Amino acid sequence: MSPGTHRGNEGVESILPLELVDLTYIRAGLRLVDRISVRLEGKGRTLILGPNGAGKSLLLRLMHGLLSPTSGTVHWRGQAVSRVAERQAMVFERSVLLRRSVRANVDYALSVRRISRACRRGRIDQVLERTGLLGLADRPARLLSAGEQQCLCLARAWSLEPEVLLLDEPTAALDPAATRSIEQVIDDMASVGTKIIMTTHDLAQARRMGDEVLFLHRGALVERTPATQFFDEPESSEARAFLNGERLP
Amino acid sequence: MQDLVDAFGAAFALLVGLDRDLVEIIARSLWVSSLALALAAGIGLPLGGAVALLRFPGRRVAAVGLNALMGLPPVVVGLVVYLMLSRSGPLGFLGWLFTPMAMVVAQFLLITPIVAALTRQVVEDLWEEYDEQLRSLGASRLRAIPTLLWDGRHRLLTTLLAGFGRAIAEVGAVILVGGNIAHVTRVMTTAIALETSKGDLALALALGIVLLVLSLAINAAAALAGDVARNAEG
Amino acid sequence: MRSIPGWVLLALWIASPAGHAAGRFIILASTTSTENSGLFAALLPRFTERTGIEVRVVAVGTGQALRMGRRGDADVLLVHDRDAEETFVAEGWGLERFEVMFNEFVLVGPADDPAGVRDLGDAAAAVARIAAARVPFVSRGDDSGTHKAERRLWRAAGIDPVSETGSWYRELGSGMGATLNTAAAMAAYTLADRGTWLAFRNRRDLEVLVAGDPRLHNPYGVIRVNPARHPHVKAKSSGVFVDWLLSSEGQAAIADFRVAGEALFHPAAKPARSPAILPRSESQDPSKPADTSRARKLSAPRKISTWKPRSWAASVFTGTSSTKRVVAGARSNRSRSSR
Repeated sequence: MSPGTHRGNEGVESILPLELVDLTYIRAGLRLVDRISVRLEGKGRTLILGPNGAGKSLLLRLMHGLLSPTSGTVHWRGQAVSRVAERQAMVFERSVLLRRSVRANVDYALSVRRISRACRRGRIDQVLERTGLLGLADRPARLLSAGEQQCLCLARAWSLEPEVLLLDEPTAALDPAATRSIEQVIDDMASVGTKIIMTTHDLAQARRMGDEVLFLHRGALVERTPATQFFDEPESSEARAFLNGERLP
Repeated sequence: MQDLVDAFGAAFALLVGLDRDLVEIIARSLWVSSLALALAAGIGLPLGGAVALLRFPGRRVAAVGLNALMGLPPVVVGLVVYLMLSRSGPLGFLGWLFTPMAMVVAQFLLITPIVAALTRQVVEDLWEEYDEQLRSLGASRLRAIPTLLWDGRHRLLTTLLAGFGRAIAEVGAVILVGGNIAHVTRVMTTAIALETSKGDLALALALGIVLLVLSLAINAAAALAGDVARNAEG
Repeated sequence: MRSIPGWVLLALWIASPAGHAAGRFIILASTTSTENSGLFAALLPRFTERTGIEVRVVAVGTGQALRMGRRGDADVLLVHDRDAEETFVAEGWGLERFEVMFNEFVLVGPADDPAGVRDLGDAAAAVARIAAARVPFVSRGDDSGTHKAERRLWRAAGIDPVSETGSWYRELGSGMGATLNTAAAMAAYTLADRGTWLAFRNRRDLEVLVAGDPRLHNPYGVIRVNPARHPHVKAKSSGVFVDWLLSSEGQAAIADFRVAGEALFHPAAKPARSPAILPRSESQDPSKPADTSRARKLSAPRKISTWKPRSWAASVFTGTSSTKRVVAGARSNRSRSSR
């Protein structure tokens, strides 16, 4: 099985659709995620947009199982997050790389998933090649540039051959060129069938990459529309104000 | 004042002359404390990591206990080890009393809490940074312990040096369980105690200066090695 | 974690008793006075060279040395508190006690001597003056032989200094050297054994003020720990050691030990001849038989080894005879000649 062809394993049932029901997350008395109900199907790239503090990152973490909801449920094809944790991966705005080589970082992720040493080597080389990092394989990961580091995080995530990839503002700290190469890798993953769920503040990026948009405001899901429609004529006044660069109430 | 001048003169002469007995004592000090440190690291590092990361009942108590044990009086440790290793004690059959092994045991007991407590702090700090990432990759807290110990290796080096410093500078416990026997269990600190009791304060201080120089050299070497590694590994 | 590296295991092995290639050794629990004076450093290499038996000295106070013997943590004791030694033997912890050597205690104090005790012949009278003047006196306070001797002086003077502890009477709980350091720093009086005093380097203003009183006699005894109580003790080797100490060779080695030309310890394991006077002056040759016999007399009749200086080395070490024969021979010799 290789990262390029992993969707071909038809024998395994998909973990999608993802179904959120009345998902609520309260911390210190604040409703940071407020009764979100949505169902995400198994295709395309879903972008989660909204102003700062809208609850985008929290929503991703709830989906990923890093946080437990105060109330409501997250179900992946009817199963709890913990049962499908190995079939999703997440890339953070500031991902943490281990203080070891590029290759060892990918190897670590695979060893945690109990993948045999023999299988790992081929996968590592393949995923590093796809992300353009093969030449840096033996460099200490923490000495890479910010763009290369984020690329390595994607490579690490890809090596796990996830069915769903969650990305939390993956290019927020990167220059345009690095941003482009990250987008390219994400596109490559999407093209082999990986479901992408991603937050971003970069509207141009959202336009380039999104198939559909979930727009959040104050923890609530305000609208869900196809990307083309969202940017041309959003349904809600909040989204309109957001796209116009106005401060939302 | 004259004593101090004499002491520095004597220390210089000792170091330059490489007195055979002195070299033997230094070598013994080094390997006894190194062995104690190796054992303390073998126990203290995983223990500190476990207390930092694992969730078990009494974890807070364990953390507080480790911190408290850092201040363990060496004489008490020495006394306990003496009573354990004494021929009339439960471990007397080992025949370790008044051998370097007894000193290793005493120093090990003395510095393991230090290594563990400081390790706990380092690992807890690292966990703040690594928590989400490692959980996202699917690493359990148990699996995270060796990961964080390895990633915190530069900071843990300082922890180990602190343990080593405490071990090699300790006198109360090792004189009790080692007996300060010439050519067998005499180390730097017990030699200093002996010369002091002979009233040869200059020689005692000279040995103290030698110990200090040794300690400085080890710390400088470790700091240098740490810097080189940090620059190379990021 | 990485597994324990091989060198740790190697070091463990080296650290273990088995790692010492030295072979036979015995643990000698003795006093700080004998160790600090340098006696053992001069004496023991000669014994080891003769017999191949290493002697590991643990220098503590007499009280602690006897406790080590009771616990079985030493093979042989060389201490100086006759009453406690006899109790130790009577209770079965030790084999026979043999007198090995003696020196004397001296009362040292500041050169200006505020209590006015200089050259008093009577040590009890001297401590009485110190008590009357209420000038600082530091006591070992550690249950050592010297501490016991000091207590006997106070009893002889009819004074209970412990009631004054914390004022002019200071109990340290330290070894001889540390006590002398403290006395030097405080310009206080203290009781010291002459051996440690002569070898002591940090005297400052301290001087010997009182010496020569028979009460200040300081005999050292050697006792092997009883193997019947502690089967693991090295009774054979400790027997060889005791026999050597009491032999003419061992006794000569003790007499030969000098610091700055002065003998610190005087051999005592010799048959009495005629009464003599305990040496008052440090320059007097103390190894004369006369002195030792005086010491014997002072210390009242005891069961003392009457080992005849025989050609021990010749009979044992020139042949192929085993340690067993050495010990057996020494024992029979001793019992034969005791009256």
